[in-house]
Amino acid sequence: MLEESNGNVDAKTFQEKGCIVGVNNASFEVAKGEMLVVMGLSGSGKSTLLRCISRLTDATGGKIFIEGQDLLELNNKELIELRRNKMGMVFQSFALLPHKTVVENIAFPLQIKGTNTEESINRAMEMVKLVGLDGRENYFPRELSGGQQQRVGIARSLAVEPDIWFLDEPFSALDPLIRKEMQDEFLRLQEKLQKTIMFITHDFDEALKLADRIAIMKDGIIEQLDTPANIVLNPATEYVRKFTEEVPREKVLVIEDVMDTSNNDNLGDLKVSKDEIIENVAEKILTQEKIVAVVDSENNIVGSIKPSKIIDTVFGGRKNGS
Amino acid sequence: MEYLKKYPKLFQWLFLLIVFFALCFAIDVPETYKFIRGQAEFVKDPNQSVYFFLGKEVRYYAFDVFWRLPPLLGWLPIWINDSLFFLMNEWMPMEFWNEDTQEFKTRPLLLEISRNLTSFMTFLIELIREILLGGLETIVAFTSWDFIDAYPWLELPGLPWTIVAAGAAILSYKLSGKGLALFAGLTMIYISIFGQWKPSMQTLSFILVAAPLSFIFGLGLGIAAYKSKRVEKALYPILLVMQTMPQYAVLVPALVLFGVGDHAAVIITMVVAVPPMILLTILGLRAIPPEVIEAGRMSGCTNWQLMFKVLIPTARRDILIGVNQVIMVCFSMAVISAFIGAKGLGFNLLLALNQLNIGLALEAGLCISLIAILLDKMSLAWANKQTDYFGNLTFFQRNKNVIFFAASFVIGIILAYIGTFIFKGSFNYLFEIPHNKGISTADFWNKGVDWIFDTFFVYIKAFNTWLIQDVLQPMRALYLRMPAVATLVLAVGAGYLIGGIRSALVVAALTLFIALSPWWDRALVTLYMATFGVVISCLIGFTVGTLCFQNKKSAAFMLGVCDIFQTFPSFVYLIPVMMLFGITDTSVLIAVIVYATIPATRYTIEGLRSVPVGLHEAATMSGVNKLQRLTKIEFPLAFPHMMLGINQTIVFALFMVIIGAFIGTEDLGQYILKALSDKNGAGIGLTLGICVAFIGLIFDNLIRTWVEKRKKHLGIA
Repeated sequence: MLEESNGNVDAKTFQEKGCIVGVNNASFEVAKGEMLVVMGLSGSGKSTLLRCISRLTDATGGKIFIEGQDLLELNNKELIELRRNKMGMVFQSFALLPHKTVVENIAFPLQIKGTNTEESINRAMEMVKLVGLDGRENYFPRELSGGQQQRVGIARSLAVEPDIWFLDEPFSALDPLIRKEMQDEFLRLQEKLQKTIMFITHDFDEALKLADRIAIMKDGIIEQLDTPANIVLNPATEYVRKFTEEVPREKVLVIEDVMDTSNNDNLGDLKVSKDEIIENVAEKILTQEKIVAVVDSENNIVGSIKPSKIIDTVFGGRKNGS
Repeated sequence: MEYLKKYPKLFQWLFLLIVFFALCFAIDVPETYKFIRGQAEFVKDPNQSVYFFLGKEVRYYAFDVFWRLPPLLGWLPIWINDSLFFLMNEWMPMEFWNEDTQEFKTRPLLLEISRNLTSFMTFLIELIREILLGGLETIVAFTSWDFIDAYPWLELPGLPWTIVAAGAAILSYKLSGKGLALFAGLTMIYISIFGQWKPSMQTLSFILVAAPLSFIFGLGLGIAAYKSKRVEKALYPILLVMQTMPQYAVLVPALVLFGVGDHAAVIITMVVAVPPMILLTILGLRAIPPEVIEAGRMSGCTNWQLMFKVLIPTARRDILIGVNQVIMVCFSMAVISAFIGAKGLGFNLLLALNQLNIGLALEAGLCISLIAILLDKMSLAWANKQTDYFGNLTFFQRNKNVIFFAASFVIGIILAYIGTFIFKGSFNYLFEIPHNKGISTADFWNKGVDWIFDTFFVYIKAFNTWLIQDVLQPMRALYLRMPAVATLVLAVGAGYLIGGIRSALVVAALTLFIALSPWWDRALVTLYMATFGVVISCLIGFTVGTLCFQNKKSAAFMLGVCDIFQTFPSFVYLIPVMMLFGITDTSVLIAVIVYATIPATRYTIEGLRSVPVGLHEAATMSGVNKLQRLTKIEFPLAFPHMMLGINQTIVFALFMVIIGAFIGTEDLGQYILKALSDKNGAGIGLTLGICVAFIGLIFDNLIRTWVEKRKKHLGIA
């Protein structure tokens, strides 16, 4: 659905001309309802990429398609129309309007669109409930904690029911505990709403936890774009490998990634789903003496896994790389 | 040699000073040189030299170029003057419809614009004035004199003072609370009882027109500058000069363009009040986090919605601080523009000072200061006020202030009506207390002044004589002894040592402008008075600031005192000093010192406060005592900020020196004052103003550059 194609230009030719390349050679697609997490250290161009796609920054070259329409060819009016109806964005520092209450902040995009006051406030109240801020709708942002403020930011970005949802390091400014809580909350929301999401973060753990697919960026170039499991198991470059080295595999990989697909008759009684994360079933599997059967959602056996393989993945895998 | 390597800067400065003094001693005072034979005056004298530039004859006394540069810019004021007259009276004649004579008339464009602007401003002022005081010109403006003769009851009656007082109190209560409401009420009652109601309301109406107009223009230009780099670049030098230009100087061109009266005063007040508003608007808009702007854009705001629904509300506080600044400038102009015919308290103050009626001056000064403090506190309270949520309040709670005002309006009218029966035949004290029927303490003060003079005359006289003979005159002689070339070398050298080539060039250009103008000697006298004031102010300010800083409460108290003193219009400072020292240079200098001590004290306290807490704790843990902490940690770190204080002190001192010309000093200000009553004065006044502004800017440039470097060096930029 999102498609960015760019002429293949070498970053070095730019640098020779004295330009700094924000984003270069980044072509990818995001499917409807998919969550793409863009991961990279500061200065890697991930925020620039997001701003190019939302056209907060105008890209100097390339093409961005939304539902087959080139974003860069829209005039100002069409762009505003698109933002009013199809895009929502959440910011790292919340970016709430200090002079408006929670509910007014959430209703702001609706009112800008021209929705009448009563309707927009009603809709905003629904959003307040959705993010669990009931009872605080008449507070001002200055009276809320960071986590609560970001809930307002999330509610505001969802108020117009956008199809595409941009999140620019939404949880980076929060304390670790609150961050985890917000991540869970975010997953709950996404399960309900099924938006097309581009999520920016510099936290690899966060990326692994949330993503359908991860794009790892460095110096404006996408180093690897793949599912979390593949990134951990098959890092494409040295840079990606450094990131994955410290990652606890049992938290990222699911049984399917490590199971043995060859037929095996000598199976025990325990059956585990192929979509389980290793960490959650490791204890069960390790207490078995026999090989454990792996089943899909219809309870058909699709493979098997030995307890020793679990031990191998958790403790041994890191040194071998894959 | 080792020292030279260790302290290279010190030796560079030493070298500069040696060159300077060598030049001073090498260049002799020409025998024909005498001060006060104004280079600026165009009396014909056979000893004068003459040159022609663009058809303008410039006469001057020629000296050795090392001693005084010839006034090569002497044609500038004449040229400005002639251009102004040309623009006003000859440029672009056009046909305009004349309402009165019902025919087309040929008039120069600018004159017509000026006329229209004048009548528009006059109308606005009259409108507000008549709402407050009553009158019939507004009604006449819409109808005709015949109409008002036929329906005399249409004349606006004016508001009884009780209603205005109640309104001020209620508004203050809404903005801040009980304390300010009480202050507002008492101020209004004081003004009324002391018979200052009419001039006060005249001043207030002047401010109620000038301040909103300045706000609108300042906000608009600020937004334009924020949006376009080109506009900002064009505005910046003007803003810079306007910040250091003495307000006196702009009066003269206004006189030529708009004539005498309240309207000219409003226009010129706008010229002075708009720059700080622009600066604060830009500052506020720049400080908005970029993500808030992006959030607005992503919500689908058009440019218009982004500006008025996102940017301006977010920058609300800075913009309202700008409003506060505008109001303060308006007050100080309310007095100064009395020179060009603004009515009100300022006019009374000037008149009283002219007649040496200290008592009357004190009363008018007190009134204007009280109103200034009131409006200052109100606008600050507005800036700091957080909006409250009011959706779930009852109708009465939401509108209680309006209801209270409506009630007091009715009560006020009833009281005024009752008053017509009580004070039958005499003045209705419940409606308006006339100027001469109020309580006056003028006599008391005048007697007090007489008593002080009788009792302390000998001591004051002795002090005066000592100061003038032993301190001021030698100092003045020293300043005048500086050859132009030596001064140039010193200024440019300092610029180079502090800020490199760029600074040196800027300083050289500014100094050269003054040196080539016909008023170099006068500029030196201005400089000497300002230096004297600045040195003493800084000594007092640093000491007081440091002492007050030792205790949190006293520091807060001192800052409050500074706030209040700063709201006094600058002219008010002349009253008490004239009371004590009469009309002498000493009076001016003491006013300068008092006025300029405010920023010195304020910046000292703020600078010391800005030293990070972590450093305090680190110092305490390494076992320093109080004095060590002050000298080793706090002073070095606070010094850059204190230098900015000195910068402000210089600007304040220059302002006051120029205003002091009213008492009679012989610096640049005297000529500005002269230019006010000269029909060809516009060019002279403006050029003089620029000279004063440039003196300020030289120091501003040097100090700012130094502070920036120092802050970077200390890592606190």
